[in-house]
Amino acid sequence: MATYSTSEFKSGLKIILDGDPYAIVENEFVKPGKGQAFNRVKVRNLKTGRVVERTFKSGDSVEAADIMEVQMQYLYNDGEFWYFMDQDTFEQIGADTNAVGDSSKWLKEQDVCQVMLWNGTPLSVTPPNFVTMAITETDPGLKGDTSGGGTKPATLETGAVVRVPLFVQSGEIIKVDTRTGDYVSRAKE
Amino acid sequence: MPTIDEHAERRSHWAPVAALETLRLRARLLTVVRAFFEARGIMEVDTPALSGAGVTDLHLTSFETRFSGPGSCRSRRLYLQTSPEYPMKRLLAAGSGCIYQIAKVFRNGELGRLHNPEFTLLEWYRLDFDHHRLMDEVAELVAVLLQDFQVLAVPERVSYAEIFQRYLGLDPHRVGIAELASCGKGQGLQIPPGMPTDDPAPWLDLLLSHCIAPRLGQERLTFIFDYPVSQAALARVRPESPPVAERFELYLNGIELANGFHELSDSAEQRRRFQRDQQARLAQGLPKISWDKHLLAALTAGLPDCAGVALGFDRLLMMAAGKSALQEVMAFPLEQA
Repeated sequence: MATYSTSEFKSGLKIILDGDPYAIVENEFVKPGKGQAFNRVKVRNLKTGRVVERTFKSGDSVEAADIMEVQMQYLYNDGEFWYFMDQDTFEQIGADTNAVGDSSKWLKEQDVCQVMLWNGTPLSVTPPNFVTMAITETDPGLKGDTSGGGTKPATLETGAVVRVPLFVQSGEIIKVDTRTGDYVSRAKE
Repeated sequence: MPTIDEHAERRSHWAPVAALETLRLRARLLTVVRAFFEARGIMEVDTPALSGAGVTDLHLTSFETRFSGPGSCRSRRLYLQTSPEYPMKRLLAAGSGCIYQIAKVFRNGELGRLHNPEFTLLEWYRLDFDHHRLMDEVAELVAVLLQDFQVLAVPERVSYAEIFQRYLGLDPHRVGIAELASCGKGQGLQIPPGMPTDDPAPWLDLLLSHCIAPRLGQERLTFIFDYPVSQAALARVRPESPPVAERFELYLNGIELANGFHELSDSAEQRRRFQRDQQARLAQGLPKISWDKHLLAALTAGLPDCAGVALGFDRLLMMAAGKSALQEVMAFPLEQA
């Protein structure tokens, strides 16, 4: 069992606490001049995203989490699992709703995503920063309005809804920033 | 074409971390410190940073090094001081009178927003003072150093028992482990794994550092005094019921600034504490450290009745400069050293 000593603690380090994988968000060294030293850490549960505080006696060790972040191509969704493929080994794995979460609305077939694996099982999926998608539905905008100003909601092929300028029409391809959910520009397929 | 070395040099963060303005403030405050002691007729001393003996304190880790050269057929083990306490007590025993020192000290393993493994300690000793008189003087010095930077209310002085009673409703001298643990949980603390089931001292450290200290010294100096005997360190014990160690700590803005003692002068008791430390080190699998025989001999020769205190100069400077991390007031903290 691999372990990390508190002296190796830094933000981003992946550890196991109570059987769950966590990432260290913040690490503070607390020590009375004469007395026991502690590491007070904020950790994020990699399953739930919840951030909690923990304290360790300095010098103690905690179990390391076997976490890998790999680039995988999104293939399809069968109603229960989203399937991803390692483009080197062609190995396929399915990620469930817990792992995919809100990212599902940005998953377009053949896009390469970052998949976080814990002991080989997907924990979370991060879509590419920018995706291009077709608009399936939006109100007709004002003709000739290319300068913008106003925006309107548009539904994309994955079901995601983003705000787009009035001149963008149904059927067009647009580029979206998945980190903010903001429209970036029109795009050519 | 630049060589690889030149590339590395360009990438290196050679410039100081602290602003030059902060370094000028450091120099100015050091001048104020020296003037303060000069005016009181206290002698500045300079004792070695390298010592043949280490510290047995369970919670301090000395840096070790070796001397090889004339007179040492086998290289000789030396420790970098974690504080100048032992050699300063030897001077006191030799009749130096009141003394102070601005010393570089070294503590391995300590690094964080309020810790750098090398830092500056201001340490001084006053003959015929007890810890209360020394607290008066510490308050005067800190007030002078911070007068241009922070408005402080009248200092408060609270016993260790009273502070635990006030914030946690506990009697720290009599409380048991189970009660300490449930109190911590009640404060929303996740109890660290591996806390001892027989020794209350780390539990008291946990509660003080996590639940009490952050609330101390708001807009004023808070002195905590009269510690449980398990936390006596080098303080003399007053045989009351319960007995208390004549030790104090100073907090400002939730941060520990100083630690002082009405100094233990009983050589036999000092030896017993060294032995107890050594046994505890052994039990915890920590390396055995040979204790300072010169200190014991000096105490046997006779340490005058005195109180002493060590004040973290960098932390005080941090407050004067309005910074929140020690590294911001050091020219070259560990990462850039």
